[in-house]
Order: sequence, then structure tokens, then C-alpha cells
Amino acid sequence: MKLLEVRHLSTHYVSARGARVTRAVDDVSLTVGEGETLGIVGESGSGKTTLALSLLRLLPPAARTVSGEIWFEGEDLLTKSRGEMRRVRGKRIAMILQDPLASLNPLFTVGDQVAEPLRVHEGASRGSAWARARELLRAVRIAAPETRVREYPHQLSGGMRQRIVGAIAISCGPRLLIADEPTTSLDLTIQAQYLQLLRDLQRDRGLAMIFITHNLGIVARMCDHVAVMYAGRLVEAGPVARIFSSAAHPYTQALLESIPRMADGRKRLTAIDGQPPDPVALPPGCAFHPRCPKVLERCRKEAPPEVRVAASHTSRCWLAS
Amino acid sequence: MNGSGPAAGSSRAAALTLAWRFASFRSEGFPVLPVLILGVLVLVAVFANVLAPHDPEVGALGDRFRPPAWQEGGTRDHLLGTDHLGRDVLSRLVFGARVSLVVGFMAVIFAGILGTALGILSGYLGGWVDQVIMRVTDAWLALPALTFAIFLAAIVGPSAMNIVIILAAVYWTRYARVIRGEVLSLKERDFVRLAIVAGCSKRTIMRRHILPNVVNSGIVLATLMLGVVIVTEASLSFLGVGVPPPKPAWGLMLADGKKGLMAGYWWLTVLPGTCIMLLVLSANLLGDWLRVKFDPQLRQL
Amino acid sequence: MKRFIVKRLGFAVISLFLLSLTIFVFVRVTGDPAVLLVEPGASAADLEAIRQQFGLDRPLWVQYGSFLAHLARGDLGQSFYYKTDVFELYLSRLPSSLLLAAVAMTFSLVIGIPTGVVAAVRVNGWWDSAGKVFALLGLSLPSFWVGLLMILFFSVYLGWLPSSGSGTVWHVLMPAFALGWYFAAAHMRLTRSSMLEVLGSEYVKLARLKGLPEALVIAKHALKNALIPVLTLAGINLVLMINVAVVVETVFAWPGIGRLLYEGIAFRDFPVVQAIVLLGGAMIVAVNLVVDVLYAVIDPRIRYER
Repeated sequence: MKLLEVRHLSTHYVSARGARVTRAVDDVSLTVGEGETLGIVGESGSGKTTLALSLLRLLPPAARTVSGEIWFEGEDLLTKSRGEMRRVRGKRIAMILQDPLASLNPLFTVGDQVAEPLRVHEGASRGSAWARARELLRAVRIAAPETRVREYPHQLSGGMRQRIVGAIAISCGPRLLIADEPTTSLDLTIQAQYLQLLRDLQRDRGLAMIFITHNLGIVARMCDHVAVMYAGRLVEAGPVARIFSSAAHPYTQALLESIPRMADGRKRLTAIDGQPPDPVALPPGCAFHPRCPKVLERCRKEAPPEVRVAASHTSRCWLAS
Repeated sequence: MNGSGPAAGSSRAAALTLAWRFASFRSEGFPVLPVLILGVLVLVAVFANVLAPHDPEVGALGDRFRPPAWQEGGTRDHLLGTDHLGRDVLSRLVFGARVSLVVGFMAVIFAGILGTALGILSGYLGGWVDQVIMRVTDAWLALPALTFAIFLAAIVGPSAMNIVIILAAVYWTRYARVIRGEVLSLKERDFVRLAIVAGCSKRTIMRRHILPNVVNSGIVLATLMLGVVIVTEASLSFLGVGVPPPKPAWGLMLADGKKGLMAGYWWLTVLPGTCIMLLVLSANLLGDWLRVKFDPQLRQL
Repeated sequence: MKRFIVKRLGFAVISLFLLSLTIFVFVRVTGDPAVLLVEPGASAADLEAIRQQFGLDRPLWVQYGSFLAHLARGDLGQSFYYKTDVFELYLSRLPSSLLLAAVAMTFSLVIGIPTGVVAAVRVNGWWDSAGKVFALLGLSLPSFWVGLLMILFFSVYLGWLPSSGSGTVWHVLMPAFALGWYFAAAHMRLTRSSMLEVLGSEYVKLARLKGLPEALVIAKHALKNALIPVLTLAGINLVLMINVAVVVETVFAWPGIGRLLYEGIAFRDFPVVQAIVLLGGAMIVAVNLVVDVLYAVIDPRIRYER
């Protein structure tokens, strides 16, 4: 049995007067096994972050998960009470956000914030929680943790802050870590170090990861499987090697094409024509059809179902069936 | 989150929503009630001569402290009772509307003109003009409006026109601050830059490009200030440095009313105060709605 | 940090100058200042004498200089009515106003902050709408009218509370409530908006992601951050309260600065009026300065950056 199995999850945003419904996440199914890394790729507005927040059931008031199941370690998270869900968050599933400066409370010390989940979830005493906080800082490779632990977030560099966020995430030994674009706000040189850190932590602690990003390069390095999202739907999913070599969906193909490559003789950068659709007014049929270079008549009218292209490779495209 | 079926509570919800909208506690709905109240008050003020049953400044001493008509001792002749000098309360309230509205509107308009002009100059011209105006504004803002107004009233002596001038002098600083902020951001906009490149003089730009764009904020601010100004005027009149007697200002009526308070002559306090409250409440609700409607950025106000 | 303090101090001094200049200009320039500076009912000869005494025939800037010199010495003139030094008079009345303001501030915070917090946490719910109504009423009901109504209700009808004077805790309740009323609404509004902003922040999101109980998220992470602007405003409002209490103190015959101002107007005791305005303005400039500096001291972000 997989660690995480999401079945037909749909999350909608409803406007204040109930007039407009935005399908931020539309019938998404995916799985993550123990210790595996799944990459979720997509442009802004494709629903990646909403998907992540849906898993943790921390949606903003205007959003609701309307259907589906989220099976984690054999339990459907959507059936849990608020209290039970709270005990899942931070302890069994953890999440890292994009901007580490904004993620940390400016008025409390770093040590306080790392020790906090330990005190809440495991009832650790102040002394032992702080001791473990120092350990955690060491585990995320922060030098001189004894002094750092008493400092405030703004006193640390961006890279260090993101490591602190990482330390908070792993503090209670979760089985699954969701990372929402954790390197986007870091300098390039720091990014590589940070990714390596995540890799090592994952290996040492048997963590499964969901890595949300728009950067295919990171997916290639970090992930075992990848799922591509477009306009709230999962358009393609499969092992990284397979997707990168033989992508089935035109959108994925276009994404791969658009990665600039030095060795190539091409002079011009290829981009995908058009703009991502407005989530409120999706085109009929397949959401990608206005921009698809291989569009068929059928695509304009009917939304394609998910089709199994190969063993663990699915694609949502009429071309595949 | 749970939710009952859409049809079930919808008619009840719709009725409630309508009620809310009517009273305009939701920011989307047009504030029907406040505008209605304001309209009625303006009409009352304009047609005071026709509407008031008695002369507001003359009273019969034998008729003092009569309660409103529905209480024991009241008469139809004086629907809302009489005050300590036997003057008809209803007539005084009606004429008081005129006084409050005239003073309030004029003060707000004068303050607005002065404040907008200085705000535009300060924001657009920058440099030492800006520094001087801003320092003065800061210094004047340090003085609480009421204290400042009392001080000025003590110097120049009370009269209706003086009060208008005093209130304008006290409140222009609030305009200037806000308008200056707007102008600062307008300065960076393309149409202003184009005008500069086209060679328009500073005066022309300020007049034809900047001014029309700040008028919106000016109006919203004016509506919001109306309530404050009226309360200040009422306070001044209450203290005896506002509109001088025997003119019927609501604040003055409250001051007179205090004399009868301990004896239980409630109408002399409750009625004028309710009028003030209605006026200020309506102005504030209207101002809030205007603010949301015209420019969501002004929500900081 | 030092540079920051010095700069703020500079601005404060400039404001004080402009304040005194404004007061000075208004007095000297509108009509005949001698009439103000002399006791009511004085003769033409008295007016002449006053002109000599105050040097009202000398050039304006000379007069201003002498004005400032007097201020620097703490000499604000003599009260016509009380026949004592105005500054001493002011100081003797100040404690009463401080007491009233302190109680009123307590009321306004005790009512305003929790209401604002609940309104933000249950945003757009019934409590929030009730809060908005409260905020509106706070702005729209003049505080002295609230005071008058309270007297009518609690003193005349119910006979529970005394309607004037001071001396016992019962005396302070109504005036403090009337004075604090407007500020309670203001504090509630600010608490609500500040809290809403904080509740939408990334660190609160992370706190929730950590699985912390909602009560802890609100009480520890959100509240401390949200209260910073509120307490700042409260500090400034405390001083403001002292100065705008004039009407409430008059209604309740509370022996503070406000009532002194009223007496100054009623008895045409101009030195008193001028002094109260000057000192009021100076107080506010001072408290703004202090609050700005304290802010820099307390908020660790600013502290370490300097």
C-alpha cells in the first residue's frame, strides 16, 4: 500500500455570492510511495499550491474540497475531525513554504519556533525541546547552533532561514514532506546546497517528498516521479525518466522543449504560445486546446479522460487513447 | 464545513441579506437609509420656515419645560415639548438642522478647498514648499481639533461665520495629508509624464491633470469629515463657544438641556442628541460606501 | 539607532516651534490682543497699561522672542480668575485628568481589543457585523451625549451613580466610559484590521501547518504581532484623551484640565486657555516622539538594523 494515495480530488473556490465557481483542483489522482519523491510541475495558477493545501486541509475560507479521497497511511484524511487533522499536520505530514523570511514569526527566536512543534505534538519539556532544537539545527547544517538558536529570523541569511524552516518541518519525524517551491527565493548557489540537504535528510529519515516547482531541472535532479498540472487538472504523470524521454501530452512536450539547452544548435528560445487560461473561464473540452500544436476537433468539445499510456504512465489527452 | 441544501434556507437568507443591505452594514449595498435620512434633513433645513410650527427663538415663560405631546403635561401645540425658556423644541430642532447643516457643509467645503489646494501644491511641487507645508501640517495635527477650535473661538469670538472659518482652519490638515499622498503617486503616472514632456506648465498640469483625479478622494474625505465636523461644532456649541444663542444649534440645545437633566426632562437631551446622531451616522455610512465604491485603496482612511 | 533618535528629536523640536508660532500668530494677529490679555471689564487705561506691559507695540518678531523666553522659563502667565501662576494651576489639575484618561483607556482597551480579535477571527460572521455596528456608533455618538444619556439613566432614573464631582470610584465610572467610548471603537477597528492582516500572513500559515492548536496560533503568533500598532495608537490616544476630555469633564464637573479649559472660556481667562492649548500640543508632540523611539527599541527588526 502506498504512503499517500489521492483519488479524484477536487477543490473549488466559491466567490462570496456563490455566483462563480473556480475549479482550482479538478479530479486529481496521484500516489506517493514510502521514501519516494514526487514532483508536481505547472505554471502559476495551475493549482499546485491549492493541491498541497488540500492535502493538509488548510484551505482559505473561500475554498472547499468538494469530492475525492486522500488516503494517507491507510486513513482517509478527508474524514478526519479538525482535532485529528491538527495532529497530522507537522507531525505526520509537514510542509515547507516558499518565502522563508515571511514564514518565520519575526518576534520569536529561531529556537522557540523550532522547539514549538516538539512541545505541542510530543509534550516535550522546555529544556528537552530546546536541546532537540539545537540538534535539528545541526542536522540541517547550520553552524554554531548553540548561538543561532537564540537569534531572530531577520538576523539570519536567506539560505539559513530556509534551513530553519526545514528543521521545523522534520522536527517531529513526519513520513511525508511537502515542499512548495522551497528554492525559488534562494540564490542559485544556495539552491544546490539546499536541494542536496533535502536529499540527504530524505535518505536518512526515510521521508517521502512532494516537490512542487515550475523548474523541470529540479524535477530531473530530485524526483522519482513527476505529475504535470494544467488548469487544475493532472495532464500527465509517470516516472521521471520516462516522462523526460517520451512525454505523451503536448503540454509536457512543450515544457520540455522550452528548457534552454546550451549544447543545442538552436538559436531561438521556444516558448509555448498563448497564456494560461483564466481559471474562472476555462475553455470547453480540453483546457489546453487553444495552445496545443496538435489539437484535434475532438479536443475542442470533449475533455479527455485519463488514459494509461504505459505501466505507471498516464496522460490526459485524446492523442494518447 | 457543512452546509444545508441551497434551497432550504435561501429565502430566509435572502430576506436577511436584503435587510442588511438596506441598513448598509454590508459594504456592497447602496446605503438607502442613510441617504434618505440625509435627504430628509436637508429638506427640513431648507424648508425650516415652512415646517416649524413656532418661532424657534421666542418662548413663553409660562410654558416652560413642557414634555412631549404623548406624555402627561404635554400639548399638541408643542409636539416635542418646550425648553427652559418656553421655546418649542420641534421648531428649534428644525431650525437647528439648518444651522448644523450649513455650518457643517461650509466648513467641510472650505477645509476641502484649502486642504486640497495645499495638498496638491505640496505633493506636486515638492522641495521646500512641501517641507514647509508638511511641517505646518504636522504641527497643527498635533493639536487636537477640539482644543484648537476652542482656542480659536476664544480669540475671535463666537459667530456662525467664525465657526465655519475656525472649523475649516482646523480640519484642512487632514485633507492636505491625504491629497498629498495621492498626488505623490499620481506624479509617477504616465499621463502626467506625458504632459511634462509635452511642455505643459506646472500650473496647467496641476489644474488639468492632477486636480480632476484627486476630486474623488476629496469627495469621499469630505463626506467622512462631515460627521467629525458636526460633532466638533456640537461640542463647541455645548461649551458655549459655538454658534451663539439664541440661534438654535443642536449642541446649544444640549447645553440648555443639561439644566433640566437632573429634573428628568429627558426630551431636551435625548431629542437634539438623536438628531446629531442621525446626521453623523448617515454621513459616516455614506462616506464609507463612497470610499469603498470610489477607490478600494482609500480603505486606509 | 542614535541617528534615528536625533532625527526624530529634531522633527519634534521643529513641531514645537511651529506650534508656539501658530499660537502666537493667531493671538497677535486676529484683532486686538490687548483685549484678550486683560481682565474682562477693563477700562481703556487698563488696555494701554497692558500694551505697555506686554510690549505689544514692539515688532512682532521681538514679541515672539520674548514669548519664547517666557515659555522657556515656564512662565505662562497668571490666571485672572484664580490669581495664581497658570503653570502651577495646570499641574494641580493634571492628575485628575490623568486618572480619568487612565480609566477611560482601560475601558477602551478591555472592550476594544477582545472585540476586535473576535471580529477578525470570526470575520464576516455575526460578531464581526456587530463589531462594525459598534465601531460606527462609537464614531457617530458624541462622547458628551453618551455622558448625558448615562447621567439620565444611571443618576436620574436609577439613582445608582453620582452625576458629578470626583472622589470615589463611583464618580469616575461614567465619565471614563463616556470618554473611552469613542476610543474603544477606534481600538476595535484597528485591532480587527491588524489582526486580519496578521492572520493572513505566511508565518501564521506555517504555524497552522505545524499543527499548532488554533488557540495557540491566535494567542501566541497572531496576537503579539497584531497588537503592536494597537498599543502604539493607545499610547498616543492616552495623551489625546487628556486633551479632548474637555466636554466630558464639563458634563460631569470632573476637576481636570478639560474643566479648567471650560472655566477659562467661561470666565474669559485667556492665559489659562492659551496655556492649555500650548501644553496640550507639546504633550502630544512629546508622546509621538516617545512612541516612535520605543517602537524602534521594542521591535527587534528595527533594533538590530540600526
